[in-house]
Amino acid sequence: MITITRLWIADKLPAWIFLAGLLSIWQLIVVQGWVASYLLPSPLQIFYTTLELWPDIFVATLSTAQSILWGLGLSLIIGVTSALIFFSIPIARRAILPFCIFFQTVPIIAIAPLLVIWFGYGQPTVNASAFIVSLFPILANTLTGLQETDPQLKELFRLYKPSRWQLVFKLQIPSAIPYIITGIKISAGLAVVGAIVGEFIAGGGLGSLIDAARTQQRVDLVFSGVFMSSALALSLVYTINLITGLLFRHRPYLRNQ
Amino acid sequence: MPSIEVQQLEKSFSSNAQALFAGLSFTVDSDECLCLLGPSGCGKTTLLRLLMGLEKPSRGTIKMDPALDAEMSYVFQEPRLVPWRTCLENVLLPLELTAQNNPAARHRAIELLQNIGLSDRLEHFPDQLSGGMQMRVALARALITQPKMILLDEPFAALDERTRFHMQDLLLEFKARLQLQYVFVTHSISEAVYISDRILLLDNRGAARDIRSLSFSERNQSVKLTPAFNAIVSEYSSLFSEMEDSMKKADAGQSKL
Repeated sequence: MITITRLWIADKLPAWIFLAGLLSIWQLIVVQGWVASYLLPSPLQIFYTTLELWPDIFVATLSTAQSILWGLGLSLIIGVTSALIFFSIPIARRAILPFCIFFQTVPIIAIAPLLVIWFGYGQPTVNASAFIVSLFPILANTLTGLQETDPQLKELFRLYKPSRWQLVFKLQIPSAIPYIITGIKISAGLAVVGAIVGEFIAGGGLGSLIDAARTQQRVDLVFSGVFMSSALALSLVYTINLITGLLFRHRPYLRNQ
Repeated sequence: MPSIEVQQLEKSFSSNAQALFAGLSFTVDSDECLCLLGPSGCGKTTLLRLLMGLEKPSRGTIKMDPALDAEMSYVFQEPRLVPWRTCLENVLLPLELTAQNNPAARHRAIELLQNIGLSDRLEHFPDQLSGGMQMRVALARALITQPKMILLDEPFAALDERTRFHMQDLLLEFKARLQLQYVFVTHSISEAVYISDRILLLDNRGAARDIRSLSFSERNQSVKLTPAFNAIVSEYSSLFSEMEDSMKKADAGQSKL
């Protein structure tokens, strides 16, 4: 255990030292007055602002986190299900998938006003925005995983004349799991973007906190919001790693791909 | 009634390619273990796949004893273990797919793995095993369904000599103990002579060049040192080099054109 801790420190130490150096230089630049503090507040000032307004920031972060989880959760359920449908019904795939890809090219910022019209101001629109941007990577990755099932293993299974469901559950879904995990990780980052963009337009959460701080020229608060959203994204990826690690702790092959 | 009856067999993979086997006919008696021997590219694997029903003949018929038909197993050239399943789960896979997985079967699988010297590897994953161990698991997987006939496609080709000899003896042991019949593909002449009752030598077009029965009073590795054994091996060796010469001549003739 001690050696593992040591290795971990040896591995991460350079990054921490670099970060400390970067923050010190930033602090120095602002304190020395080389850059106006109303354009670039110092790290310490951002920290104090965050502490001071913590109740508001915390509530905003929680609301954004909720929307991200809603969007990502829906994407996972609907993405995996539709991938399974597209996989088992090729005609559905050929009919619908091109439009999914087309839909994917429409920027979320252009759709967001429509979402406001449909769902109104507030969280449902934000949830929908997070869902829309995070759906496609999960769907596409799952579909790829299902399609890239090793043909040699498929031939092996065929020897025993499996039912369609046996093929799906014992071969194709396990083959797709590493792909699904990758898809979730890509989608997690996008869901954060989708939620913040949704909040810019529909209000609530870190998005509107950042937007309001901007109109009030509170650059320190803008930074606060920015850092909180990346903290959110990071902890989300970390949580996903933790969950998949736990879920497949006895199946290293499925999580290590 | 013979176990396998092949008549006027031909197989071509595309309409313009020359057909393999050129009307090959042979039978395998109900107590015989057959070896398919021949230079690489002569269609040994294709013939085995035809016998298993993994390919369909272009012409001719393959008749299996109906009592055998449902109780055949196949061992591929490579282990083809399912990477996210443990050794034991890999062995149990055929039973799971045919809904015969029960505590008794599990017990039998453990016994089988003990028999092939993997009792301490039950919970290991394929990537934690050496190539020889993986092949042994594949053999156990083929045996778990208690087949009467097993088709093996160069299963020991990638193994080191010691392991190969051990596996050969294991196969002979199973043959004696379980009244197991097999068709074995190999390009090793001494392996073919050692483990089979009968050899079908195929030429470079897959036509039968020589079919002969072998009998040794006792089969253990020391048989390989007897003059009788070596006489057969050297005879096949000269047949082999003769075939290779004629192949080279044919190639040279084609390149002139």
